[in-house]
Amino acid sequence: MSAKIITVTSGKGGVGKTTAIASLGIALASLGEKVVCVDGDIGLRNLDVIMGLENRIVYDIVDVVEGRCRLRQAMIRDKRVPGLFLIPAAQTRDKNALSPSDMIRLGDELRPEVDWVLIDSPAGIERGFKNSIAAADRVLVLTNPEISAVRDADRVIGILEAEEKGSPELIINRVNYEMVQNGEMLSTEDVLDLLAIKLIGVVPEDKSVLVAANQGMPVSLDNDSRAGQAFRNIAMRLTGKEVPFMDLAEKDGFWDKFSKLAGGN
Amino acid sequence: MPTSSLVQIKGLRDGILITLGSGEWDYIQALLFTQIDERLGFFTGAKLALDVGSHSLRVANMTALRDKLSEREISLWAVVSESPKTVNTAQLLGLATRISMQRPNEGSPKKAKEKEIPKGNSALWVEKTLRSGERVKYAGNIIVMGDVNPGAEIMAGGNILVWGRLRGAVYAGVDVEKGHTGQNKDAFICALTMTPSRLQIASEIKNPTDHEKFQKAVKVSLKDGKFHAENWREK
Ligand SMILES: Nc1ncnc2c1ncn2[C@@H]1O[C@H](COP(=O)(O)OP(=O)(O)O)[C@@H](O)[C@H]1O
Ligand SMILES: [Mg+2]
Repeated sequence: MSAKIITVTSGKGGVGKTTAIASLGIALASLGEKVVCVDGDIGLRNLDVIMGLENRIVYDIVDVVEGRCRLRQAMIRDKRVPGLFLIPAAQTRDKNALSPSDMIRLGDELRPEVDWVLIDSPAGIERGFKNSIAAADRVLVLTNPEISAVRDADRVIGILEAEEKGSPELIINRVNYEMVQNGEMLSTEDVLDLLAIKLIGVVPEDKSVLVAANQGMPVSLDNDSRAGQAFRNIAMRLTGKEVPFMDLAEKDGFWDKFSKLAGGN
Repeated sequence: MPTSSLVQIKGLRDGILITLGSGEWDYIQALLFTQIDERLGFFTGAKLALDVGSHSLRVANMTALRDKLSEREISLWAVVSESPKTVNTAQLLGLATRISMQRPNEGSPKKAKEKEIPKGNSALWVEKTLRSGERVKYAGNIIVMGDVNPGAEIMAGGNILVWGRLRGAVYAGVDVEKGHTGQNKDAFICALTMTPSRLQIASEIKNPTDHEKFQKAVKVSLKDGKFHAENWREK
């Protein structure tokens, strides 16, 4: 095996990076791929919480890098889906506990173990960001359809280009179809017009994301969630499959419409 | 040549200047780090300016160098070079490309003078989209083949020509060292769509409103001290 190393990053915080990593991890593993999710947000770890694996942490990424444990000891197995692992961040250290070359070494160690390494990154463009992209083969820039988030995404793309990381791909998260229709939110086209990079996914705003997060159940495990579906589609595109973009207009599920027609609710 | 003259170290008022001699880049770089590692205590936490002479450095070279330095807690803030490629690279990475010699008796003033580069019709060629946070500064003309996004900045001693959409801030005809002022009132700015967030020629400044932006190719210059827009290349 020689894993592809993918980093999700954004510049701005709170746009959905951690949500994306957890969901893509589950979705890729459900496709039969072997995946390790790495929490690169040292000092503010929360990928473990979103994945519902918090109570199983013994060792973390800094322990691996500083040689206090072997790599496999820090890989927590997610029992819900075969082939899915998490390497948690250290909570009591800061970003300077790791360097870009540590991350490259870690990436090289992980490559033979799995098919995919998914790296979550902290907000910002400093050390933690540099660490998280150091080993990446492919970078996914995630943004919200909101001017400040898009501006930060542009900044990050500029840095990635300057560092010759190859052109990143774009995920637009939290798109509210109705607000776009009413001209209250940037559309996918508006965002692409500025960022001008390849689009790999559009994820709708979806309450089930929050519900899922609170239960430690990444949203892509929820078959009824539209956001979950969008993340499953991105996972398939990562593996090279052509998947049409979801129609965000069909907002409610079939049964909702049906029950309304039948005079229910 | 003795290796000592390939890596020359001087103190500046607020940091350190290291001048590198010519030779194979990997070798010179290795020498640099030998010198640094021998006196790590002296270098740790320092602000470093690097004069790389005629070495032509690509982004990959310079980021590798910067990362190695930052692992030693040395922050690289400026790269000075005679190579236009290197200057371009440094600017893309947001590093300063000129340093003012702080002490008169330090280094030969003539050498510092020589670095007061471009005169006449030299142009800096930038073949990419400038994104938020990126800044290009050059004492001559600047040509951008790509868009200039909001949050990006171009500062030229001469003219600015954008073969793309201009949505960031542009300063033409300014003193690129002092930055926000200038004398060159003949400077002009051209773009395929003239929609800058901020416009400056010499010392005239404008933040165009939406009505003052043009979704077409326009040339902006100063006429009697006022901004004047005309269709670009329609004479
Ligand atoms: N598609 C979505 N729909 C609704 N809420 C979302 C969506 N994506 C993320 N969120 C919410 O946004 C917040 C921030 O998400 P998180 O993944 O922690 O962001 P980041 O890791 O970028 O800081 C969380 O409360 C999460 O539930
Ligand atoms: Mg996060």
